[in-house]
Amino acid sequence: MIRIENVSKSFTLHNQGGAVIPVMANATFSVAPGECVALTGNSGAGKSTLMRMIYGNYLAASGSIIVGDTDVATAQPREIIALRRHTLGYVSQFLRVVPRVATVDVVAEPMLAVGVPRDAARARAEELLARLNIPETLWGLSPTTFSGGEQQRVNIARGFAHRYPAMLLDEPTASLDATNRETVLSLIEEAKARGAAIVGIFHDAPARDRVADREVDVSAFTPRRAA
Amino acid sequence: MTPLLSVRDIHKSYGARIGCTDVGFDLFPGEVMGIVGESGSGKSTLLNCLAGHLSPDRGEVIFDTRTDGPRDTLTMSEPERRMLGRTDWAFVHQNPRDGLRMSVSAGGNVGERLMAVGARHYGDIRDSATDWLGRVEIAADRIDDRPRAFSGGMQQRLQIARNLVTGPRLVFMDEPTGGLDVSVQARLLDLLRGLVREMGLSAIIVTHDLAVVRLLADRLMVMKSGRVVEAGLTDQVLDDPQHGYTQLLVSSVLQV
Repeated sequence: MIRIENVSKSFTLHNQGGAVIPVMANATFSVAPGECVALTGNSGAGKSTLMRMIYGNYLAASGSIIVGDTDVATAQPREIIALRRHTLGYVSQFLRVVPRVATVDVVAEPMLAVGVPRDAARARAEELLARLNIPETLWGLSPTTFSGGEQQRVNIARGFAHRYPAMLLDEPTASLDATNRETVLSLIEEAKARGAAIVGIFHDAPARDRVADREVDVSAFTPRRAA
Repeated sequence: MTPLLSVRDIHKSYGARIGCTDVGFDLFPGEVMGIVGESGSGKSTLLNCLAGHLSPDRGEVIFDTRTDGPRDTLTMSEPERRMLGRTDWAFVHQNPRDGLRMSVSAGGNVGERLMAVGARHYGDIRDSATDWLGRVEIAADRIDDRPRAFSGGMQQRLQIARNLVTGPRLVFMDEPTGGLDVSVQARLLDLLRGLVREMGLSAIIVTHDLAVVRLLADRLMVMKSGRVVEAGLTDQVLDDPQHGYTQLLVSSVLQV
C-alpha cells in the first residue's frame, strides 16, 4: 500500500549562508495492507521528516513514495489533495483549529469531504467523541479553548473518522491518560483489522510493541556527516 | 479533466518596468489558489490581468465557458467578457467601496447582479437577496439600509453576497480580509471557506497574509519582482519552502 524507494532529502537554508543540511539518504521500506510499521530512531534521526514526506508536506529531493497508485514525490497538488481526501490520513501531534467551527463538525469534516451524508457523518463523529471521552457538552463548541489532551483526542477522532486505507500516526498516544490510550490503541487495531496500512511514530514502547508488526530504524537512512 | 482556467505566459509591463512576466498555470474546478508576495511583487497586476481589468502585453487566459468550452478571454469581444464578468466570474475587491454601489440599499446591491442576468420578478429578487444576506450573516432587517451605514466587515460580507448570488464558477479575490480586524477576519474566512466548499467554487486569492492562504488555499504561488519563484501545495510551500525568498517570507511571520 505504501512503498518508499531511495528517498533522500536535504534542507537548504538560503538565508543562513546557503547552508545545506542533508537529513536523509536512500530511505527504502514498504507497508502492506493491514500492517503497522513503527519508525524508530533517536530524536532528530528524521522520523517526522520521513512521515511528512509521505504526506507530501515536505518535498522529497529524489526517490519515489508510492501510496496507493500515486507517487507523492512527483504528484501535482490536486493529486495529493485527492490522495489525502480519500486514501491517506494523518494524525499529527497538534490540532490545527479553525476558529468558530464546532468540535463535532471538525470531526465530521473529513467524512463530508468524501461525500458521506451529513447525518451519517455527524453520527459517526459523535460516536468517536463519546468513545474518546469528550463530554457531550463540548461537542457544539470550537476546540480552540480545549485543554491539550482534549484537543489531541479531537484530533484523533478526526483522523479516524474516515476509514482511510493508509494512515500516518505521529505519537497518537502522547499526553493521554490510561483509559484514552487504551481507546486509541483499539482504534489502531480496528484500522489494521479492516486492512489499513499504518506508519507510526510511538515513543510509548509498550504501545509500540502492542500495535506494530515491524520496526524500521530511521537512523539507518541518516546520511553520514562528512568527516 | 479540463482546467477551468488555463493561463499561459502572461506578461505585463508598465513602460520599462515589469508588472508581471512568465506566469502560467492551470486551475481545475473546485481548486483554490493563493498568490502571495510582498507589495510590489506583481500579484495584483497579475490578478487584474486574469480578471480582464488590465490587458496584458501578451499571453492567454483560457476559460472553460459553459456554452462554448475553452475560450481565450483576452480575445473575446467586450460584451462577451462583460457577460462572463456578470455570470461565471466574480471579483471581490480589497476595498468594499470598489465593489459595492454605496448609494443603493444592501438588498439592491445583491439584486442588481441578479437583474443584470435577467431576473425581473421583484419578490424573487428580494427573497434571494434576503437569503444571501442571511448566508453572509447580515440580519434581514438591514436589507433596506445602505452599505454606508454598515461596518467595514459587514460591507465586505455584503460584497461577497453580491458577487456569489449569481452562482459564479470562478472568484477572484484581492486581499479579501485586508484592513479588517482579526476577529472579523476569522469570521469572514470561516464564511468564505464554507461557501467555497459548499458551492464547489474555484478561486484565486491574492493576499500577503500567509495564515489566510493556509486556511483557504489548496495551492500557492509565491511572487517576487513580477515572477513566480515557487509554486506548489500550500502546506508544502509554507512548511518546506525551497526558494530563498519564500524562506524569508515564512520566517518573517511573527509568532503569536
